[in-house]
Amino acid sequence: MFTAFLIKYAEIGVKGRNRYLFEDALVHQIKFALKKCEGSFLVHKDQGRIYVDAQGEFDFDEAVESLRHVFGISGICPVVYVEDEGFEKLCGTVVGYIAEVYPDRNKTFKVNARRARKNYPKESMEINADLGEAILNACPEMRVDVHNPDIMLNIEIREKIYIYSEIIPGPGGMPVGTGGKAMLLLSGGIDSPVAGYMIAKRGVKIDAVYFHAPPYTSEWAKQKVVDLARLVSRYAGPVYLHVINFTDIQMYIYEKCPHEELTIIMRRYMMRIAEHIAKETECLGLVTGESIGQVASQTMNSLIATNEVCELPVYRPLIGFDKEEIVTVAKKIGTFETSIQPFEDCCTIFVAKHPVTKPNVNIIRRHEHNLEERIEELVATALETKELIVAE
Amino acid sequence: MEVYLDNSATTRVLPEAAELMTKIMCEDYGNPSSLHIKGMRAEQYLRYARETMAKLLKVNEKEIFFTSGGTESDNMALKGGAFANSRRGRHLITTQIEHPAVLNTMRYLETMGYQVTYLPVDGCGQISLESLRRAMRQDTILVSIMHTNNEVGSLQPIESAGALIRQMNPYTLFHVDAVQGFGKARIHPKKMGIDLLSISGHKIHGPKGVGVLYISERAKIQPLMHGGGQQMNLRSGTDNVPGAAGMAKAAELLYAHYEEDQERLRQYKKYFCDGVRKLEGVKVNGLLPDQPDGEGTAAHIVSVSFRGVRSEVLLHALEENGIYVSAGSACAARKPQPSATLKAMGVEKELLGSTIRFSFSVYTTKEELDYTLQALYDKIPMLRKYVRY
Repeated sequence: MFTAFLIKYAEIGVKGRNRYLFEDALVHQIKFALKKCEGSFLVHKDQGRIYVDAQGEFDFDEAVESLRHVFGISGICPVVYVEDEGFEKLCGTVVGYIAEVYPDRNKTFKVNARRARKNYPKESMEINADLGEAILNACPEMRVDVHNPDIMLNIEIREKIYIYSEIIPGPGGMPVGTGGKAMLLLSGGIDSPVAGYMIAKRGVKIDAVYFHAPPYTSEWAKQKVVDLARLVSRYAGPVYLHVINFTDIQMYIYEKCPHEELTIIMRRYMMRIAEHIAKETECLGLVTGESIGQVASQTMNSLIATNEVCELPVYRPLIGFDKEEIVTVAKKIGTFETSIQPFEDCCTIFVAKHPVTKPNVNIIRRHEHNLEERIEELVATALETKELIVAE
Repeated sequence: MEVYLDNSATTRVLPEAAELMTKIMCEDYGNPSSLHIKGMRAEQYLRYARETMAKLLKVNEKEIFFTSGGTESDNMALKGGAFANSRRGRHLITTQIEHPAVLNTMRYLETMGYQVTYLPVDGCGQISLESLRRAMRQDTILVSIMHTNNEVGSLQPIESAGALIRQMNPYTLFHVDAVQGFGKARIHPKKMGIDLLSISGHKIHGPKGVGVLYISERAKIQPLMHGGGQQMNLRSGTDNVPGAAGMAKAAELLYAHYEEDQERLRQYKKYFCDGVRKLEGVKVNGLLPDQPDGEGTAAHIVSVSFRGVRSEVLLHALEENGIYVSAGSACAARKPQPSATLKAMGVEKELLGSTIRFSFSVYTTKEELDYTLQALYDKIPMLRKYVRY
């Protein structure tokens, strides 16, 4: 029955003269999301609204599911288009619409007509009253409630007549691409994909970096990260995943530095490498899944130590989240099941029994001097041999 | 150099088997149940497969049933056997080191009201006949014992177990999971007192998705699959003609030069065990106490524990040199819990997560073993240097 969707957007609406930029980005993202769906769609802006028209056969549920992943959409309204064939005919169509969409008639409703085409013979108020009457005649169980109706039946008179009443909630946020780009440190755990999702939600395009440590982490672990990037890309659009071979750097730190500081120093090098790639790819910040106190390397003291090696701001959207809250989001966005596959990631392999929880930055810096001889060369090699995977 | 030493997980298909299958799939693709000549031609391949398997096992053709593989054969034998004989009793016996296809089917049967006794094994991974004797009861309807253990290669005393069971309770069915044994040992169910025998195609250089369940004429079992009534109503479903023929072809070729292959693999096992033992802190699992060269165990499986090296890391380190092995067994490798077999054998806790399975095939060469040993000599000391502590 439905052949189109009216897309409602929340925050973009309050933008000023650059509003069109946001709308165009949203149109672009919608087109991208629908590319994977059966059928073809025409996405167009019309008088401050975005419409998605199905061109022929399409899978309604699949299209809705895809649209629910597009940031910037606050609501998706399935629309029925009809030709204007006189008011009598319209009454029939509307009654038919109610019958099909609301099998349970025990509801209150309100008709809300908008006459965009001003040469239509009836005024909005008249349409409201007459259509309401037609519905009441056809379905005596229904009641009118103009203040707080169960069903808000919208009728828009344009070239054609649009009927819609359902609003399927969208993910909110801003269209991806309007907020610049950031580099996500993606580990394969539960947190980092959620962090990526949250930053993408604010309209930020996501690139990602993964630190691979063969033979300590396997091809399976890498595949898992690619899978996670692909899941994030359902929201964030194609994710450019940079895979860095980190083994030699990790081993060198293991050899030269105290083991309790291994994780911190390792993370400092991860941040340095991530920032290097970020700057090369015009990212405006780094994103991590850290949350205060979750593990030794995420205490405030440790965060000082990992933070100080970067010039770019490091965004940590989960900083105040409990694990359970993160898990809830991970389940909602569909990354949880993949994240909990039991493959080891590079942060856990050599982890000491009692890693430092309150590292002293000066001491860490001093110990990093032990690495002077070869570390630059190792980092350079890691950057040269990096692999790029496009996850979409 | 690529060295595939994970042949207990699966094997490379013999080219002759693959060719035969291609011909069946592309030319003689008829349904053996069809009445026309195309159906009959397909039926002839099926007959060839059945005859070949029957000949190798020295059983009647009527006793050969094609399934989708080892897991289905095990399920069909255990559930089919238990359901068909539950009036006689509800007690089953198996071992603690069976493949999950048997163990989990047994656990399922427990939920259906059956009682299961799990026989323990000694440090070499063998059950004792005495414990089997003690476990046998009047109401024991089925005993399931694997021929060759998939993780350590220990062999069970099948023939004596068969005789013992027959003698104690002639109504008890004896099932043997020979998925790792068939093709590497001569198995003759009639002589060994076996009523039900599971075989898998892809472990013997045949295709995946096909297996055999031998069901002796005296065994009564219920079908798992109901449908068009194929295979004497015991296993409905359109016959997997290319699979069955490919498996039979592979088995035929394998047994054609069985003696020399086994002799060679036996020497390889001894050679490899000796080579591995040159390293410090190494234990070869499942060997008989006075047989350090692997005599009395499966020639194609060598399970080694490397102290202080995590098996997953060693596995990936060997992978870097093109050497493919398993941590424990492939079926258990992706689960975090340690192997039930090694635990049942009493392998110390520290070594449970440090065990690698090398499994050979007829394609394995001495050069490959030397290459693998050299890789171990190079990598083990390096990996031991970088440990989590």
